[in-house]
Amino acid sequence: MALGAYVAVSAALFALGLVTIAARRNILYVLFGIEMILNAANINFVAFNRFNGDGMDGRMFAIFVIILAAAEAAVALAIVLNVYHLFGSTKPSDADLLRE
Amino acid sequence: MEFLHFDPATDFKLLLAVPLIPLTGYLIQIFFGRKLPRKGDWLLTTGMFVTMMITLLLFAKALYHAYTGHGDDGHATPFWHHSSEAGMTWSWLFQDSEAPNSPLNLTVGILYDGLGASMLAVVGVVSFFVHLFSMGYMKGDHRYHIFFANISLFTVAMLGLVLSDNILFLFVFWEVMGLMSYLLIGHFSHDPKSHRITQAAAACKKAFLTTRIGDCCLFIGFMMFYLHYQTFSFDGLWQATTQDVMVNGWQSWQTTAGLFLFGGTVGKSAQFPLHIWLPDAMEGPTPVSAMIHAATMVAAGVFLLGRLYPVLSPDVLTVITGVGALTAIFAATIGMTVFDIKGVLAYSTISQLGFMVAGIGTGGLGLIAGLFHMVTHAFFKACLFLSAGSVIHGCHHEQDMRKMGGLRKKMPVTFMCMLVCTLAISGIPLFSGFYSKDKIVQSTIMTNELGGTWASSFAGIALPLAASITAFYMFRLIFMTFFGQPRDKHVNDHAHESPLPMTIALTCLAILGMFAGQFWLSNLDIMGSHPTWFETLLGVSHDYTNLSGLYPGVELQNTYVGLDAAKVEAVSHHAHSSAVVLSLSVASLGIILAMLMYLFKRLDPAKFTETFAPIYRTVLNKYYIDEFANKTVIRGSMVLSAVLKWFDGFIVDGIVLSVGRINKALGFFAAWFDKTFIDGLVNLVGAVSNGLGAALRLLQTGRIQQYVSFAVGGGLLTAAWLILS
Repeated sequence: MALGAYVAVSAALFALGLVTIAARRNILYVLFGIEMILNAANINFVAFNRFNGDGMDGRMFAIFVIILAAAEAAVALAIVLNVYHLFGSTKPSDADLLRE
Repeated sequence: MEFLHFDPATDFKLLLAVPLIPLTGYLIQIFFGRKLPRKGDWLLTTGMFVTMMITLLLFAKALYHAYTGHGDDGHATPFWHHSSEAGMTWSWLFQDSEAPNSPLNLTVGILYDGLGASMLAVVGVVSFFVHLFSMGYMKGDHRYHIFFANISLFTVAMLGLVLSDNILFLFVFWEVMGLMSYLLIGHFSHDPKSHRITQAAAACKKAFLTTRIGDCCLFIGFMMFYLHYQTFSFDGLWQATTQDVMVNGWQSWQTTAGLFLFGGTVGKSAQFPLHIWLPDAMEGPTPVSAMIHAATMVAAGVFLLGRLYPVLSPDVLTVITGVGALTAIFAATIGMTVFDIKGVLAYSTISQLGFMVAGIGTGGLGLIAGLFHMVTHAFFKACLFLSAGSVIHGCHHEQDMRKMGGLRKKMPVTFMCMLVCTLAISGIPLFSGFYSKDKIVQSTIMTNELGGTWASSFAGIALPLAASITAFYMFRLIFMTFFGQPRDKHVNDHAHESPLPMTIALTCLAILGMFAGQFWLSNLDIMGSHPTWFETLLGVSHDYTNLSGLYPGVELQNTYVGLDAAKVEAVSHHAHSSAVVLSLSVASLGIILAMLMYLFKRLDPAKFTETFAPIYRTVLNKYYIDEFANKTVIRGSMVLSAVLKWFDGFIVDGIVLSVGRINKALGFFAAWFDKTFIDGLVNLVGAVSNGLGAALRLLQTGRIQQYVSFAVGGGLLTAAWLILS
């Protein structure tokens, strides 16, 4: 398989994630979108490592991103819980205390 | 007689104590006088007694030296001491240690010579007796303690003036004396019964302001000398001036400065035309009048001339002679017309001061005679004033001689004292006044024979005439007060002799007034052809060209210059006989005239006043000098001050106000500029930030979707731009 196929899947996943972030009101979907974008990046890292590189750099980056995504999800979910507790909603547009 | 040797080491300490004792007394009196028993009069009188004894002891030492202290060559060494001999000099202010020779570093000491010794003794004695007299005379006064304090400080000022060795300190004490005379003349300025301001208030103001004119002149005079010679000390001034004159001759600035110095005497010693304060000063208590007229104040002016004589140019001396002679005759004529017993004495003082000043103006013998007259006059004038005070006290504050008469029996002690002193002032031999006044007349005759000036010719006529008038009005006073029938029964019935302290003071002063002239006729020298004790004390015997006893080491450049000493002596002998005849005849003429008019009533004074009515009226009104002064000086000052007030109110205030207005207008403009431009700029910055913030706030919606679309849009645009370019 050519590199273009991997990149195409990655681009599609990125686009899906982006659309999810832009279109969804619920913050949980926004988080899902972020996960998709991160994984699109992971695919790119792994694919480019497989076709162009001769070391382990791309794969190591992918593993780092997965760990980072896990940490990010943990923190984000904690925030979401608190926001829900405070505002009774999981929509970011409802958390508007800083607005005039 | 060892104890009569003058020892600088101890005696200068005594001299320092002389003014310090009454000064301490003054300080105690002014703070605690009211609370002390008898209001503190005993304290100050005792202090003055100690002071008097010290001055007398030191005077005796000076005299002892003068009569016995001969040098190796048989000539008397002059009695002349400065406190630097005892290591007693003090630094005055402004000592510059960086420039030890700067003329600004003033060193002050005590000068004690024959003149100072006799003057100090006179001040001590007269002041003590005035203190003693005041204990009786001022009894019951509501400001009794203040009176004693003031009269004590008055004495301190005169003692300090006599002792000072430089003109600056003399001036300081001179001014203190001016202040004290102001306070003492104005002692009765407030009437405690009616709560009114009396005439004394005006009198003390007049005395203060009139003498102030003279004081300003004196200050200008000695500062002119200071500018040229950089010294204030008398010794320095004598040396500098005579040496300068020997090289350069008399210069016009010295004459000008000398006239200014004489201006001080004119003010203080009541010479024409500044004599107007002295008669008004009668408003003060009588003891104060005695002080002012005898030992202090007026004597200070004459004393000043004695101290500064070597720096006065011949032209100044001519003016001095002229002014003195004019004052003598002028005041004497007024004295004839006055009815106030103290007023007569006041004008007699002015007249006698005229004698002294005219005598000093003729120089040489006249200088000695004038200073000698100051000494003898102090005693008999103090006695006359205190006697007048005693009469006024006895007559319950009646001063008009027309209401007195026949007091001889009621007040025998006062009468005797007053008679003795009247004989003294009239110039009768055996009484002190004769020996001094006779020498003044002698000096004018001498000067005229040696080639006199217009002034000495005038003095040659005016002084004997004034002496005759003096005898006349003094006997007029005696006859009107003590002889004849009582003119006012009420006054006479209540008249009584004064209490003991007053009569003791009177008697002692009368004795001094009698004997102060000769010590006492050791060689039956009734006519005074031998040198008097005063001349011996000053180290001047027959040689009047040499006054080194008074001014040691100074070659006088203004007296008998270029004349042979033998010729001067010959002329002086010749002049002496003429003077004695002249003095005796004029004095007897005056007395006989007074007898005819007031004792035997052969001549009616009213007829004379009618015959010479215009002259009489002029003299009665004191030659309209006061009116003249009112119309010119005082009115002039008023007009000037009115003009100045207008100038001040209109021009100066106008300038100040318009400057203010301009400032105010400028202020308005500045405020407008501030508000419009500066504030506007600041506000503009604020408004811009505000608007920018408002615009940027529109972007910050808080919607994640929007942020994402911006980010993606931005990323796409960047990518597009990168790809396309």
